[in-house]
Amino acid sequence: MTPPHALLAVRDLRVLIGGRHILHGVDLDVAPHGVTALLGRNGAGKTTTVRGVLGLVPRAGSVRLDGEETVALPTHALVRRGIGYAPEDRGIFAGLTVAENLRLAERPGAGTPSYALVHELFPELKQRARQVAGTLSGGQQQMVAIGRTLLNSNRLIIADEPTKGLAPRVVTEVAQVLERAAEAVPVLLVEQNLAVVRRLATHCVVLADGRTAHQGPAGGLLDDAEATRGLLGVGQGPLAPHTAEADS
Amino acid sequence: MSTIVLLTMTGLGLGALYFLIASGLSLIFGLMDVLNFAHGALLSIGAYGTWWAASGNLPGAGPGGGGFVLAVLFGTAVGTLAAVVLELAVVRPLYTRPREQVLATVGVGLAVPALLSGVWGSDARTFPGPEALSGTFGLLGADVPVNRLVLIVAAAVVLLALRLFLGRTRHGLVVRAGVEDRAMVTALGIDVRTAFTLVFAIGGCAAALGGALGGLYFGSVDPRQGTSLLIFAFVVVVTGGMGSVTGAAVAAVVIGLVQQFANYYTAAGLGDLAVVVLLAVLLLVRPRGLTGRLA
Repeated sequence: MTPPHALLAVRDLRVLIGGRHILHGVDLDVAPHGVTALLGRNGAGKTTTVRGVLGLVPRAGSVRLDGEETVALPTHALVRRGIGYAPEDRGIFAGLTVAENLRLAERPGAGTPSYALVHELFPELKQRARQVAGTLSGGQQQMVAIGRTLLNSNRLIIADEPTKGLAPRVVTEVAQVLERAAEAVPVLLVEQNLAVVRRLATHCVVLADGRTAHQGPAGGLLDDAEATRGLLGVGQGPLAPHTAEADS
Repeated sequence: MSTIVLLTMTGLGLGALYFLIASGLSLIFGLMDVLNFAHGALLSIGAYGTWWAASGNLPGAGPGGGGFVLAVLFGTAVGTLAAVVLELAVVRPLYTRPREQVLATVGVGLAVPALLSGVWGSDARTFPGPEALSGTFGLLGADVPVNRLVLIVAAAVVLLALRLFLGRTRHGLVVRAGVEDRAMVTALGIDVRTAFTLVFAIGGCAAALGGALGGLYFGSVDPRQGTSLLIFAFVVVVTGGMGSVTGAAVAAVVIGLVQQFANYYTAAGLGDLAVVVLLAVLLLVRPRGLTGRLA
C-alpha cells in the first residue's frame, strides 16, 4: 500500500556504477506528511537510492517531485525545487567555519533563510559560528548538516543515517529535531536505529538487494516481529551495531 | 652582499611570475580536477596581446606611461576572455570525460604557440615597455631592475585580491567549498558550473597578467614562453598543495629563489634540476605539498 498523493514518487530507479548494477528497479513513495523511513540491511541500496533520487549518481527510471518529472534535472536544479539533504557522511566542509557551512546552504532569491529556527533548535551552532567545522564533534557536525536542511523553505528533507555513530544523548536530540521538522515538512529518513524509526516513521519502505521488498504504513511492519525479522534481519533495537563517538 | 640582494630580488621576481600562473592553475585543479595544460597558452596570449597593443596597434596604447597600462589591460583582458572561451567550448563539454579533457587542453596548449608562430613568426620579439621600468634602483648596494619590483608588487596585489575574493565573497565561498567536496556543493542547490567558469576567468586573468609583465622581465616575447613557464608552474602547484593559493605563493617564492641561487652558485641549468629534486624530496616527506589546503 502506498501513501495517497505521494510527494516524491520513484519508479523503477536503476543505478549502474562501474559497470555494476547497484539498484535494479526501486519503487518508492514519500508521504506528503510525516516521516517515511527507508530501511534495509547493510548493502541493500538505501544510500544509493537517495543519491540516485538526487542525481548524484547516474540513474535511470522516474523520479517525480510533486508530480513533476525530475530525472533529467541536474542535482542543483532538483535541490532548488525544495529539497534539503543531510548526507550519510554529513557532507560538512571541514575547512569552512560553522557560519560559512550554513551560509553556503542559503538560496539567494528563494526567501529569507531561517537562522532563527536553526539557532533555536541548535543553540550551539550560534555559539560556535566562527569555529572551523572540521574541529566539531560528530554530533555537532550532524547539527550543521541538519541545520542546513532547515535553513530554507523546503518541500522535502532527506536525512541519510543522521544518528549514525552518535552518542545516545545526541541521538535523542537529533530525533527530536527531525520529529519537529516533520511537523512542517515531510522527511525521507534512512535509518539503522530501529528505536528512532519506531518513534518517527509513519510510512516505511524496505529495500533488499537493490529492489523494493516492502512498502506501507510503518506500524504494519514494525509491530509485526516476524515481518521485521524477515525483512530487516532484526527484531528489536538497532538494525546494525552502532559505534558511539565521544560526542559532547 | 650586492650579489645576494640581486639574486634574491631576481628570484622573487621569477617566483612572482610563477605565482601568477600557478595560482589559477591550482584553483582550477583544486575545484575542477582539471589539469589545464593550456594554461601556459593563456600566458602567451596575454603576452602577445600586450606586445601587440604596446607596439602601436591599439589606439591609445603604446610603450610608455598610460599607453602601456592600457596595453597591459588589453593583454590581460584578451587572456581572460580566452580562458572563458576555453572553459565553455573545450573543458565544459568534456566534464564527464577527464581523459579527453586532458588531451584537449594539451592540444590547445600546442595549438596556440603554433598559431602565434604562424602569425608573428617563431623568433622572439622585443617587448616594448616604458623607460621608467627598464632601469634599475639601488637596494643595499645592488642595482636591481625595476621590472622585478613590478612583478613582485603585481603578484602581491593578485594574492591579496584572491584572498579577499575567496574569504569575503559568496562566489569565493563556493570555490573554497567546491575544492573540498564538489558534489556536496551541488547537493546544496548551487550550480557549480558558474564557479568553474569564474575560476577559469580568474586563472586566465592572472596568467595573462603574468604574460604581460613577463614581457618586461624577459625583455621579449616568444611563442614558447608560456609552455616553458608552465612546467615550473606545475612544480609550484604540486609543491604548494593542490587548491591552495597561499601554498602556491609560498612555493613560488621558494622555487624562484632556489632556481636563481642554484643557477648562479653551481652551473647554469642546474637550478632547473634543483627545483625538480626539491619537489621530489618534498613529495616524499609531505605528499600533499606544503599546505594541502586552500588559501
